[in-house]
Amino acid sequence: MNFFVEAFAFIGDGSSWVGPNGIPARLGEHLWYSVVAVALASIIAIPVGFAIGHTGRGRAVAVAVSGGARALPTFGVITLIAGWVGIGLTAPMIAFVILAIPSVLAGAYAGFEAVDRSTVDAARAVGMTEWQIVTRVEVPLGLPLLIGGIRSAVLQVVATATLATIVGSGGLGSYIITGLRANDYGTMLAGSILVIVLAVALEVVFSVVQRLVVPAGVTAGRPTDSRARVARRAPGTATPLQEGTQ
Amino acid sequence: MNWIWSNADYIWDKTLVHLALSVPPVVLAFVISLPIGWLANRYRVSRGILTVAGLFYAIPSLPLFVALPALVGTSLRSPVNIVIGLTLYGVALMVRSVADALGAVEVDVRQSATAVGYSSWQRFWRVEFPLAGPVMLAGLRVVVVSTVSLATVGGVLGVNGLGLLFIDGFQRDIPEEILAGIVITIVMALVLDGLLVLLGRALMPWSRPGRPRRASSRRSSRRSSRRSSETGASSSRSPRREAVRS
Repeated sequence: MNFFVEAFAFIGDGSSWVGPNGIPARLGEHLWYSVVAVALASIIAIPVGFAIGHTGRGRAVAVAVSGGARALPTFGVITLIAGWVGIGLTAPMIAFVILAIPSVLAGAYAGFEAVDRSTVDAARAVGMTEWQIVTRVEVPLGLPLLIGGIRSAVLQVVATATLATIVGSGGLGSYIITGLRANDYGTMLAGSILVIVLAVALEVVFSVVQRLVVPAGVTAGRPTDSRARVARRAPGTATPLQEGTQ
Repeated sequence: MNWIWSNADYIWDKTLVHLALSVPPVVLAFVISLPIGWLANRYRVSRGILTVAGLFYAIPSLPLFVALPALVGTSLRSPVNIVIGLTLYGVALMVRSVADALGAVEVDVRQSATAVGYSSWQRFWRVEFPLAGPVMLAGLRVVVVSTVSLATVGGVLGVNGLGLLFIDGFQRDIPEEILAGIVITIVMALVLDGLLVLLGRALMPWSRPGRPRRASSRRSSRRSSRRSSETGASSSRSPRREAVRS
């Protein structure tokens, strides 16, 4: 447990909070990478995902991309791109965007797909144009799943940015890497704690946002995203029959 | 390409080590998550387990691998450390699959089993477990693919495995080495995934390949309002499952 004492002493030390290697600067870098990378990935992936979700064309490609990305070792992608582009921020940023795209894409098309086809048909029947169907029906109803996809992407980039320190990108991972090289476990642990706190905090913020964006009056379209739901059944919705058997 | 042929033995050795690093966590995660998933599904109060598991999965891998030694006393560079970390991630993913899969077993079926005289132990192993099999298999496939990919992160800390190819290839500027590592990781993930599918077909001949019967029956029952509370368990649409991480 004295490792934790060491780690918290590092975090609590005033000198850890100033300068370019200070916690605020490193945290700022980490967040900045994450925001920029996910924003770039969203610009690319959201329109594509919406198009796939609306038309249903290219679905197989989207599934293959989002599923195949799971097998892609992020650490390998970073080192490979860094080897080509060179040390610095460009290589990690390219890697972050590449790694963020599948999650956003999956969220975008899954959100559209989750919209009941009869709802879309009804919208068409009352005379909505295709554009109106997209912007007034599919986007609002699919938003929770899209936010879920963006949430996965953010966490993915936060995690990857920790690894990317090894190719010289800074961020909170730098404490882990410098600690590793100096055989200073306390600093490594401090860096890890900071990243874990950041990731969990982002996770909580996103799960709140994801709930807030559910359009009023929609219950069937509640995000089925696992992490958004605390309880599967709302109290009182279970039938007495089920209660009896459980 | 020359580098790869002249170092084939080295790469093969890393591949085998990586396989030994990836398979135990998958098996352990399945075994451990069975009782936990059952518990999460069985009692309403214990559903909080799923929230905790979801939050845990948000923790980036490198910080977890760094923090584990301080918590459980393993050595930072020991494979055991990585196996424990990967098992925890596997459990975090798998618990939800198990809970969802068990929750999706029709109430009527459960009650019929009780009515014909199954004890709750028998009912679990002979009725609920086999019926939940296809959904659990889908969850396990996600676990195996992400485990193989995540195991490369151990390379940052110097743990033997395919991750070392990334570090070594980066430091010595051998892109072929990194590429070989990426390709082998993906192939290993896909092969293990394929083996799981085959295993599933052999053990569960009643489930159609690629289309879990439970999932499709739940989809059709969505229209019936009486069972609507059950369909909330649907996990097949969740982009969470598509999530990639590093």
